[in-house]
Amino acid sequence: MSPALPDGDEAPADGALPSGVVAGADERAFGVYLHVPFCTVRCGYCDFNTYTATELGGGASQVSYAATAVREVALGARVLRDAGLPQRPVSTVFVGGGTPTVLPADDLVGMLRAVDDAWGLADGAEVTTEANPDSVTPDSLAALAAGGFTRVSFGMQSAVPHVLRTLERTHDPARIPDVVRWARDAGLDVSLDLIYGTPGETLDDWRTSVEAALATGVDHVSAYALVVEEGTRMAVQVRRGELVLPDADDQAAKYELADELLTEAGLGWYEVSNWARGPQHACRHNLAYWRGDDWWGIGPGAHSHVGGVRWWNVKHPRAYAARLESGLSPAAGREVVDDDAAALERLMLHVRLAEGMPLAELTLDERTRVAGLVADGLVDGRPLLTDQRLVLTRRGRLLADLVVRTLAGFGA
Amino acid sequence: MSPIPSAAAAARIRPAATAPELLRNFCIIAHIDHGKSTLADRMLQLTGVVEARAMRAQYLDRMDIERERGITIKSQAVRMPWSVEDATGTLQPYALNMIDTPGHVDFTYEVSRSLAACEGAVLLVDAAQGIEAQTLANLYLALENDLQVIPVLNKIDLPAAQPEKYAEELAGLVGGDPADVLKVSGKTGEGVETLLDRIVELVPAPVGDADAPARAMIFDSVYDTYRGVVTYVRVVDGNLNPRERIAMMSTKATHELLEIGVISPEPVPTKGLGVGEVGYLITGVKDVRQSKVGDTVTNAGKPAAEPLGGYSDPKPMVFSGLYPIDGSDYPALRDALDKLKLNDAALNYEPETSVALGFGFRVGFLGLLHLEIIRERLEREFDLDLISTAPNVVYDVVMEDRTEIHVTNPSEFPGGKIREVREPVVKATILAPAEFIGAIMELCQSKRGDLQGMDYLSEDRVEMRYTLPLAEIVFDFFDQLKSRTRGYASLDYEPTGEQVADLVKVDILLQGEQVDAFSAIVHKDKAYAYGVMMTAKLKDLIPRQQFEVPIQAAVGSRVIARETIRAIRKDVLAKCYGGDITRKRKLLEKQKEGKKRMKTIGRVDVPQEAFIAALSSDAAAPKDAKKK
Repeated sequence: MSPALPDGDEAPADGALPSGVVAGADERAFGVYLHVPFCTVRCGYCDFNTYTATELGGGASQVSYAATAVREVALGARVLRDAGLPQRPVSTVFVGGGTPTVLPADDLVGMLRAVDDAWGLADGAEVTTEANPDSVTPDSLAALAAGGFTRVSFGMQSAVPHVLRTLERTHDPARIPDVVRWARDAGLDVSLDLIYGTPGETLDDWRTSVEAALATGVDHVSAYALVVEEGTRMAVQVRRGELVLPDADDQAAKYELADELLTEAGLGWYEVSNWARGPQHACRHNLAYWRGDDWWGIGPGAHSHVGGVRWWNVKHPRAYAARLESGLSPAAGREVVDDDAAALERLMLHVRLAEGMPLAELTLDERTRVAGLVADGLVDGRPLLTDQRLVLTRRGRLLADLVVRTLAGFGA
Repeated sequence: MSPIPSAAAAARIRPAATAPELLRNFCIIAHIDHGKSTLADRMLQLTGVVEARAMRAQYLDRMDIERERGITIKSQAVRMPWSVEDATGTLQPYALNMIDTPGHVDFTYEVSRSLAACEGAVLLVDAAQGIEAQTLANLYLALENDLQVIPVLNKIDLPAAQPEKYAEELAGLVGGDPADVLKVSGKTGEGVETLLDRIVELVPAPVGDADAPARAMIFDSVYDTYRGVVTYVRVVDGNLNPRERIAMMSTKATHELLEIGVISPEPVPTKGLGVGEVGYLITGVKDVRQSKVGDTVTNAGKPAAEPLGGYSDPKPMVFSGLYPIDGSDYPALRDALDKLKLNDAALNYEPETSVALGFGFRVGFLGLLHLEIIRERLEREFDLDLISTAPNVVYDVVMEDRTEIHVTNPSEFPGGKIREVREPVVKATILAPAEFIGAIMELCQSKRGDLQGMDYLSEDRVEMRYTLPLAEIVFDFFDQLKSRTRGYASLDYEPTGEQVADLVKVDILLQGEQVDAFSAIVHKDKAYAYGVMMTAKLKDLIPRQQFEVPIQAAVGSRVIARETIRAIRKDVLAKCYGGDITRKRKLLEKQKEGKKRMKTIGRVDVPQEAFIAALSSDAAAPKDAKKK
């Protein structure tokens, strides 16, 4: 969850949704995101909505957080029912942060139970939690699995000590193979998150990290270019010249290397920054974001989407707790996405996926622009012909935003 | 006793009924920030024309731009009463007309007409800085017009003031004793009363034939939205009366005089204007071209035989293409230029099209400041976003077959067999501390200058005179001069004719496609340097595209410089999850707006900013014109 909330309309105090959200609801999956806004330390590059104090005042402590979040679950169930939406079992749950695993496994399981009580978990539901390699034990992972979690995503970031130091990550990279083994032993599907383009990281450093991730035998890897956001400690270091950011060409070379190594190892890309060993290991929760499904985001700063209405909660855990305690919706603002905006979102999200954007969903104008993108080597010609889908080449993935602008006629 | 005349005395200096002996017409010659407007403010206060509480800084400068930049574009004339004791000890009333002159080189012609309306000039010099080149040029103009010059040092309240040193310099220039140089402070008012007394004492009263047919010289002409054109005149002979018909001697056009009056400091209608008087006329004409600066106004019924001398048509020296950033603003730009033209006889323009920039106008200006003022007024008063191409001068190209082509836009420079190219040259005067002589000579030499002479104004200040191609001055001469002399040098120039020069056109090509807006005419020896500079600049300004973009500079078909913009490799946000979607979509929508500010040349998207940055050679703006 990035920090600054978007500009939007005012959200109603009771969180009520307009009636339009009902249309087509049967065809959309329903998921739940649970935000845990706590970490033991804040990393220098991090701009997520997270706090390191255990006691934030006003009923916003780590200890009482799960109970507060459960109130929003109840509110969510009521709002969806009142809007006239059909009862849909939850097909995916994703617990993110922050560092969810700073909370005891019992709290995480408790929140999951509340979701199950409110909406019911679908058969074979995917239930993921993010975790820090140094905040799990074999026991805590087993407890999560026993409580219904099916998947864990570890913030590995790098296998190279100096890179981890620059990122201010505290975990020992040697621990990664262990935590992956513990998680798999507990029956959890495992993903590793990597970051490339950290100041001081060489191409060889990056190769080391990708290879280390693959050596654990994981079935899913996410790799993100480091983005230094305004307001972070790292942004200050960059501004002062203490850290030198790699340029976009360096990041491109690292992306290409990762894609090569991961593909060789049998992990195919299914989204610009995500690779999995076959579709059964892809993150279904994240796919739901990109496919325009419905989800309810629980927690401070969490975003939700239901039937073309997007809203976001107040950012600070204290304001969040206060709202829920007085029986109000924690939403800070929302927008009802109009048809043009929805079409642009669909394009912008689908283009990122290996399954691609169905040509049929493009306007005539947009379709006339496809040929140039094929000629420039950004769009793969084969799926275009065989499946009528627009799928990016590797070069195209690196220029996905440019492709979207070109297709939409916004210029490069 | 108050120097402001009593009611009885004031009756003797009523407009249209003032004896010429009681009139004093003067102007103030000063460099841009030497405090002319502040001194004028004090005079308005001391003579009671403006009450202290109604006073606002730089009262006479009407336009916002003038007030902000602290410069005066259009001259004004204010009538102020003042009394001085005569030999018998009785107070004599006088009417003082202060004619404000534009201070910049671009407006030399207007300055010369303002000076011609006066008998005296206050030479105002900053006591901390000494005389500057433009002031010197205007002083020479005043001396040529036989004006009585009263040297005055201003800002004596400043800690850095060196009144003794500069009094000597002024005395050296004007003649007389350094002790006679008045020392005033416009800020505190010190010495200003003495100056007013001195004006009455030294400036000769106007002389004219009251019975002759009227002859009045137009020294300014201003368009007012409500009144139409307001014409400022100085009556030389005869008199002008309300409701009579007047004639413009250059055009023979006649107009009815709807209103005649004086400014004090707001316009006040009067029963007319007599010999030596200064005031305004309103005839209802809507275009300043019908009431041209320098022209002679006479009675239509009883016209004068001969016009007053010195009239000439303003001639544009510098041209630039003005293009709306949003192409749909083209009609608005045309309307805006039409409106500005009403108030600016020197402004002229013709529509032109550019492959790169679309529809726009090629606009002729008196000089760089004029260009900048017009551009700024278009943007500020008419809310237009404009691109202006690098300013250029006019070239006369003679082909082998003796046909002549007048080039006001570099892209029109002909190919084929050229016999000769002529370019305008100027006579430049540079004043600087003597320690910079070497640096200035080096600069002028590199700018194809020709030293005409050099004089020491004082022990450590020197005046250097050069002949220089105007094109070099338009390019980056002034900035270079300032930087090589640590800001101490001042420059003035005036056109002196043409010279034959070895000039070529350098074209810039993007992906093989010529970008007309970037073509430039430069001396053969500088073509390579220009090509290298421009291609390097564009390489930095044009964002990387999804393909490689070569940028070339060429003379004819010969490529003289080349740069390559490598293809972009990464343009994607790594993360796009639930909370990122709204923000990312809004960013895209914003980029769509940005697309409007792009021009596509061939397949290359060039942001407007790149055009602006590439075309505004840091040099193009006369930076001294802006008050920092």
